[in-house]
This record gives sequence, C-alpha cells and structure tokens, in this order.
Amino acid sequence: MNFVALKMLVGDRGKYFGIVLGIAFAAMLITQQSSIFVGLMTRTFGFITDTGYPDIWVMDPKVQFIDDTKPMQDIRLYRVRGVEGVRSAVPLYKGILRARLPNGTFQNCNVIGLDDATLTGGPPKMIQGEIAYLRRADGVIVDKVGAEGRLARPVLDDQGKPVLDEQGKPLPPIPLKVGDVLEINDKRAIVVGICQVQRTFQSQPVIYTTYSRAINFAPRERRLMSFICVDAATNANDPQTPEAKAANIQALCDRIEQRTGLLALPGKAFSWKTVMYFIKFTGIPINFGIAVVLGFLVGTAIAGQTFYQFTSDNIKQFGAIKAMGTSNSRLLGMIVLQAVVVGLVGYGLGIGAAAGFGYITKGSELAFRLLPETLLVTGVAIALICVLASMLALVKVVRVEPAIVFK
Amino acid sequence: MSTATSNQNIATRPGPVGLAVHCKGVTKHFGKGDSKVLALRGVDLDIKYGELMMLVGPSGCGKTTLISVIAGILDRDAGECTVFGADFANLSGGARTKWRGANIGFVFQQFNLLPTLTAAENVAVPLMILGEGRHAAVKRAYDVLATVGLADRGKSLPSQLSGGQQQRVAIARALIHQPRLIVCDEPTSALDAVTGHTVMRLLKGVAMAQDRALVIVTHDARIFGFADRVASMNDGSVVSVGTPAELEAVHRH
Ligand SMILES: Nc1ncnc2c1ncn2[C@@H]1O[C@H](COP(=O)(O)OP(=O)(O)OP(=O)(O)O)[C@@H](O)[C@H]1O
Ligand SMILES: [Mg+2]
Repeated sequence: MNFVALKMLVGDRGKYFGIVLGIAFAAMLITQQSSIFVGLMTRTFGFITDTGYPDIWVMDPKVQFIDDTKPMQDIRLYRVRGVEGVRSAVPLYKGILRARLPNGTFQNCNVIGLDDATLTGGPPKMIQGEIAYLRRADGVIVDKVGAEGRLARPVLDDQGKPVLDEQGKPLPPIPLKVGDVLEINDKRAIVVGICQVQRTFQSQPVIYTTYSRAINFAPRERRLMSFICVDAATNANDPQTPEAKAANIQALCDRIEQRTGLLALPGKAFSWKTVMYFIKFTGIPINFGIAVVLGFLVGTAIAGQTFYQFTSDNIKQFGAIKAMGTSNSRLLGMIVLQAVVVGLVGYGLGIGAAAGFGYITKGSELAFRLLPETLLVTGVAIALICVLASMLALVKVVRVEPAIVFK
Repeated sequence: MSTATSNQNIATRPGPVGLAVHCKGVTKHFGKGDSKVLALRGVDLDIKYGELMMLVGPSGCGKTTLISVIAGILDRDAGECTVFGADFANLSGGARTKWRGANIGFVFQQFNLLPTLTAAENVAVPLMILGEGRHAAVKRAYDVLATVGLADRGKSLPSQLSGGQQQRVAIARALIHQPRLIVCDEPTSALDAVTGHTVMRLLKGVAMAQDRALVIVTHDARIFGFADRVASMNDGSVVSVGTPAELEAVHRH
C-alpha cells in the first residue's frame, strides 16, 4: 500500500508541488534567516577571529564586547606577564582615530596597534605586501574594503568638481594604494600593504600598525592599551585532550583575574560575550527571531493547509480503500509516508535554495553563515510541520466512515 | 468450524452450506433527538449461495444502509446479521477490516477508482491490501482486466476511460481477490442504458459462482431481469422478496 500512498501523492502534480513548495518555502525561510542571523552574530566578533584567537584576552573588567574598549595602563602588561603559566603577553591597541586623506578630507578609522616585537594578531590575509612591512617607518596596512571605499580618492578637476565619464557619471574613485601617504591625527603614515579582514559591525576602514606607532597616533593619554593578548605556557606533560586544555586555559584566566583584577577570557568566551551583548542590547535577534518564527508559521500554515486539503480531497479514496479492508494503522502508515516524502523533498529544496542564496551572495556585503546546526534546527522544524500536518489529515482519515463510499 | 476470522483462499474455504447472508430484525438509526432517522426498522433478508439478489425501493428507504451493514462497514443497532456464518459484531475493528478485505468486493455508483492510479493498479489494490506485492498484484490485474474486456487499457488512467469502462475496471477490482460476497450500489445508474446492460451482463457472467453471492442495489427497472430474486424495500424494511417475474406481476396489478 506504500505504492498506493506514493502514487496518490505524486500522481496529483499540482497539489504535490503545492505541498512541497510550502514546506520548501518554510525550510528556506528558516534556514536563510537563521544563517543571516548567525552571519551577523559572527561579524560582531569578527575582529576576535581575525586576531587569531590568542589563548586569552585580558581587558578592563568593565568591557562588555570587543568594540567596547576601556584603556588600561601599560603597567598592567607587566603584571600579567608575571602570572605563572603565561608564556607571552602582548599589548593590543584598538581605537577610532581620525585620518586625513591625501585630498584633504577626513575619515574616522579603526586603528589596530600590534605588538612591535612580534606583530601578533595581524590581519588574517594580506592582499598586497606583508605584515612585516609594518616595521618600515610610518608603515600602516589598510583593509581592502576601506581602501577601495571610504579611503578612496574621488576624481576631481581643477575646480574641485567631479570628473564625468561619457555617460555623465562621475568617474569611480581611485583606491588608496601602497605608497600613498595619509595623516592620522596629524602624524604621517604610509601605506605598506593591503589586507583583507572580516566584516564587522564597525563600518570604518581598518588600519593596522604597530602598537608604539598606534599610541603615537592616538591623543596623549595615560592609559592607551586596549587589550592584552596572552598565550598560555604549555609543557610536554600537560594532558592534551581539548577538554583538559580548555580547563588549563580557564585555570590560567582565573589566576590572571586574581592577581591583576582584570578580566581574562578565552577567545571563544570573549566571542560569546560579544554575541550575547548584541543579543541583549540590540533588536537584531528579536527581528530575526520573528522572521524565523514567521517562516515556521507560514510554512506550517501552507504545508498543513495543502496537506490537509489533499487528504480532504482524497477522503473518498481513503474511504474506499478503508472499505476494501485497509486498517487504520495502515492508513496511518500511508499518511506518514506521504508526509515524510513531502517533508524530505521540501526540506531538500528549501535548504538547497537557502544554500544557493548563500552561494550567490558569497563575498558580498551580506552576512550569511550556514551552520550544520542550523540545518538540524530547520530539519526539526520541518519534521514538526509534517507531524502537525499529517496529524490533522490523520484525524480526518481515521474518522472517515467507510460507508462514505456509497455516498 | 467457523469461518469468522479466516481469510483463506477459495480452494480451502468451505463450500456453500447454509446461507450466504442472513439478516433478521436488523435495525439501524442515524442521528439523535429530533433529527433521529430510523433507516432500518427490522430487516429480514436471506441470500443464498450462487444467488444474485437485487435490492429495490424508493429513495431513502434504507437500501444503502442495509448493504453497508451487510458488508460490515456500518454497525447495526440490533438484530441478527451473519455473512457466511460470521457476525461482524463479534469481531474487533481490526479483524473486521481484515475479514472485509478478504471476503467482500465492492462496486460503487461513482466507481471510486483512485484517479492517480492506472486501471491495472486500481484493480490490483485489493490484492495489495491483502499484502500481495505490487508487481504480482498488477500482473494478476491484467488477467482480470481481460475478463472484463479491457486487456488493452491497463495503463490508462481512470480519467482516460469512459464511464462504462471505469465501471468495468471497478468490477475487475471487486473480483480480483475472489471475494465471496460482492455488493454493488447502483452500479448502472451513472451509465446509459446500453452500457448499463453490458455492465450487468458482464457482472452476472464473470462474478457469479456457486460459492458466491451478489447483492445489487438499484433503481434501474431495466436491469431487474438479471436478478435471481428481487427484494423490495420500503421505509426501512424488506416488504417482499420474489423473482423478477413475480415482482413484475405485482407491479402490473
Ligand atoms: N450518515 C447518515 N446520517 C444521517 N442519516 C442518514 C445517513 N445515511 C443515511 N441516512 C438516512 O437514512 C435513510 C436511509 O438512507 P439510505 O442511504 O440507506 O437510503 P437509500 O435507500 O440508499 O436511498 P437512495 O436510493 O436515495 O440511495 C435516509 O432517510 C437517509 O437520509
Ligand atoms: Mg443509496
């Protein structure tokens, strides 16, 4: 009878596609919205990821998320270095500074100062030049999006008017390139490299330089160090399981906090803290939560309704096969089979469409990160939709009097 | 030996002893309170093996209700009703469904073929319900389709067949699992006179057997002649049973 169930289902192309598309739509909406949400949340800690996860981030206890820097005195660095179990501790500067472009306009930039000696925590990918070029006099590395965007120079004529092309549109601005000179807080900086960084919620161009140069750029203040990046000492006798390593790192964090009164977090924990800050204090998660719930409801409504309609339309057929000796449990099996088929096909199409969407928008400004967990969540949601829809249908079919066949 | 729960095939099942169908004082109502309808008010009816019994009577007199009770798809309120010695009232829901699947063939006024299945697949459904594999069942369906003259239409969908052809497919479906009782509700009323005659001839020709009984509900006086006996119903009871000739004689007076 499985054959009969399947043929009943797919034989009516129109309705079959209706049900499948309803489910696919729900699956796509849920997956896509969740992925954009995850993508956005990943952006919130993009800088932490870019820095390459030092074992431990040490910061002022009042810091709430990565962009919320509370400068510390340099002396703290030496305290941290003194904590037993710390192999290395390097300073990191992160702050918004005003850059003056070659054409005289100003632009706020997110300036990152890396430890002079080690240059650790640099950009994850260089497009032009090398991180080591930061050792050259006044050297800075600029991120590609910034260089081609806000730091690019519009093409102007002698009167300062934009130069137009044949179609009357302004010529595209000229990107900032290696060798160009800018001024950061009236101090000279020369571009020695172009890098690529993850998109974050901060829209300013990112400029990497050395720690000492960064605090030279920054206005004179007593406290300038934003973070201390710590790597834990390891020795050959340490247990090597990930859990044991994590426990070691956590123990070191506790020790640093005790000795210095600062906040010490493993990189992952700092990422989470950042995500949680955004979840708590911005409307983003609520908006996406609503979209996901809507996707679920719309999908359930469409799929449930069409599936129920399908069963209703076929109720006389179900009655006939019931009269001809099909038991209720068998009918249940048939309906479950139908629900599983439309569920699987709809799920496949839906996550396929969502993945396709992610593929098309890859490399664009859109945040989209499809996690295996998201697929699982979508799967559970779709399964729920199918269970709901088939339960509705089932009640109808089990209730049907086989005597309906004579009507 | 009781045949109550058996669904053995014809070769081993007991021969025609006793009555195929025995009803005595069967009552059945629908609804309650003001809208209560007494559809059957004490029906007495016996059908013998090898007999084609027609049920006739005015609309609403309870014909459909009666064959539904006989076929075990409706529960009676009171009275006796046994089919091949088995009483559905003594069977659990599951056992009754199973028994019905093995022993009863249905032909409906509206054919009730599954629209997305081919003719052969439709015919094969009762065998598949009984657990036969799809390929074997469909193969067998072609043989039965041949007996109703539709050997070459097995792959057609119901919508591609005429009403008469669809009813012949439905007859093949009612026969394929060799049930002992075949119940038909108005099998010809959706068909024109000539087609109705063809279908009846076919039904009588291929369906009748010594160990089998046929009950046909009909309004259609033109087919009375095919019956062995005709039971006239009125207002929930069987008022007379006789041969078609006797019925005609009554009507003439
Ligand atoms: N499911 C039901 N609920 C309520 N009343 C019903 C139901 N089925 C039948 N009846 C009533 O029972 C009576 C007998 O109905 P039944 O269908 O058996 O008549 P019938 O002889 O088959 O009529 P027809 O020739 O029009 O098919 C009618 O009054 C009908 O209205
Ligand atoms: Mg009727």
